[in-house]
Amino acid sequence: MTRSRLRLAAELVGPLALVGVVALVAAHLSTSDQTDAINVLVTATIVVGLYVFIGNSGVISFGQISFVAVGAFVAGIYTTPVSTRHTTMPDLFGFLGRPVLTNMESILLAAGIGAVFALIVGLALMRLSGLSAGIATFAVLEITYDILANWGKIGPGPTTLASVPVTTGVGQATIGCAVAVVLAFTYQRSRSCRMLRASRADPLAARGIGVSIFRHRLGAFVLSGAICGFAGALYVHALGSINVTEVYLALTFSTLAMLVVGGSQSLWGATLGGILLGILSSFLSNAENGTSVFGLSFTLPNGLSSIIFAILFVGALMLFPRGLTRNREFLAKALGERSDKHRLGVGLSSTAARGGDGPEAGDTDGAPAAATTAHAAASAEPEK
Amino acid sequence: MTVVGYLVNAISLGALYALIAVSVGLVFGVLRQINLAQGEVITFGAYSLWLMRTLPTWLAIVLCFGVCIAASLLLQVAVFRPLRGASPLTTLIATFGVSYGLEALWLIVFGPSGNTVSMLTNLNLTVVGGTVALRWITLVEIGAAAVLLSGLLYLLFRSSLGMRMRATAEDLRAARLVGVRIGRVVTWAFVLSGASAAVVAVLATVQTPLVTPTFGLNLIIFALVGVVLGGLDHLGRATAGGFIVGFVNSLLGSVLPEQQLVYVTSLTFLFVVIVLMVRPAGLLAPRGANVERV
Repeated sequence: MTRSRLRLAAELVGPLALVGVVALVAAHLSTSDQTDAINVLVTATIVVGLYVFIGNSGVISFGQISFVAVGAFVAGIYTTPVSTRHTTMPDLFGFLGRPVLTNMESILLAAGIGAVFALIVGLALMRLSGLSAGIATFAVLEITYDILANWGKIGPGPTTLASVPVTTGVGQATIGCAVAVVLAFTYQRSRSCRMLRASRADPLAARGIGVSIFRHRLGAFVLSGAICGFAGALYVHALGSINVTEVYLALTFSTLAMLVVGGSQSLWGATLGGILLGILSSFLSNAENGTSVFGLSFTLPNGLSSIIFAILFVGALMLFPRGLTRNREFLAKALGERSDKHRLGVGLSSTAARGGDGPEAGDTDGAPAAATTAHAAASAEPEK
Repeated sequence: MTVVGYLVNAISLGALYALIAVSVGLVFGVLRQINLAQGEVITFGAYSLWLMRTLPTWLAIVLCFGVCIAASLLLQVAVFRPLRGASPLTTLIATFGVSYGLEALWLIVFGPSGNTVSMLTNLNLTVVGGTVALRWITLVEIGAAAVLLSGLLYLLFRSSLGMRMRATAEDLRAARLVGVRIGRVVTWAFVLSGASAAVVAVLATVQTPLVTPTFGLNLIIFALVGVVLGGLDHLGRATAGGFIVGFVNSLLGSVLPEQQLVYVTSLTFLFVVIVLMVRPAGLLAPRGANVERV
């Protein structure tokens, strides 16, 4: 096999192996720890979903958790027994009151709804410039939250939707996460994604060679919406209950943090970040209820876990602006990938690597948008 | 009279959001980076007013300015400076992280149920009664915003510092080549941004005295979406965008029937999304503006 083929294989096998390791460990854990492991896998699935859009396009989105939310509620409502639905959510629309779907059907439906919702949002927002689009997606998150939290006809409103069948075990969570990884991998080998990545490196040049940024961003956004909806279904079936506050700002932040800390521009980074920080996050929240490490038992005050998580996150960003994987795929460097200097794949932290100005500027990575360069170069100036 | 009342109230909320948009826009102008943690500066200012509730009001307000400016400068030193050279998106997510962490901190220190700042309560008395009550604070808000925004205009267009700031916003490298000390300009941008956050903190706490951990975050998300609505690239348009979002939000709140009031936020955001669908470069950007600049 040539090195480039090996690299391609590693690009897929690395993330899959990591998911497999988590599954193997989870299989030998106690039931309560297993719940945490399932949670980690589901979170990693969401992060891979985020990666498909944010990583490939270089455009941030605060809106993907709305697709998780919609997926979770659709899957949750349609698998709850009809009688329970009538008593807990009496105002429900007729079409939500009937069929009871199986676990698998509900997961597929959630993915479909996620994709459709993302398509609608994307048609509206993907024409915006990168940073503006990112902030505008905040509007989507707020709208989704507001409607889900208040409208009794489409869901439980502010109350918790309980008594959802718990059908996602270690097996299903593992397969689900693996499916997301394979989808993301297949997509990033596609022609459309390559054009999207070209637009990430340099929007003007990409447009100059005839790339429709809008169309490819929309494509990635819809696929990401589908994976997020799918992950939402896994989420609700793993927990057995869902409240709208669980799929709002906190989850938006923590999943974005996982993506960025891992390395937002590689599938390996997304998977690694999702799993490592997922473990960290569930460890920290367990510590609020008392835990022991190496025989030392301690209890964190309530709320402190969020602060620690945030500090570690901001610190990690400062130490590794391009993520733990430096935006590289699994083993890419060892298998002889040329350094970033010659690579096109930059964007989210493209200017991060730019040191001072002038020719010695380190990674010049094909993103010469004049304004950005000038600003990045100048903010690298000592501020005294 | 009812319509006038609605309009005045809408203008005052618009003015408040315009001030928040300015405080974000000033930093964005010189650094091309969005400071999501600006909301926490406002929250901090609001909590500081609560902490200083026993002091004379004027002193509390002066100290609130000090607190906000200090917090803003601290953000610059602790977050923006270490991340200099990072892409706008990295900084955006980093400030989101700072915001998230601080929110958890407020929750631990001040509790979830909120603290009531009973300061300048006289301003909540009505000027004109009737179907739509006009409170003094609405007029104060409009006045304060008018004074501050014109002061800022004067500063930007008539002072040497303003010229340096505009030059930096236009082309940082060229500005430095002609001798502008970028570091100082950036520091001043953060000082001004902190000062406008303090104004917002004072006005917002008089208007809604209950300060909760998400006090500033809610304001900042609204104002940021407004900034995008107006046009991220231009301070004037961004401010106007903030104003429009506040204005629309307040008007929707006035005309919606009682049981639909919970959807005011959604409808305002929906309005923004629809406008952006038609004018992706921002509502106020000139036609044909290059969408893909930032």
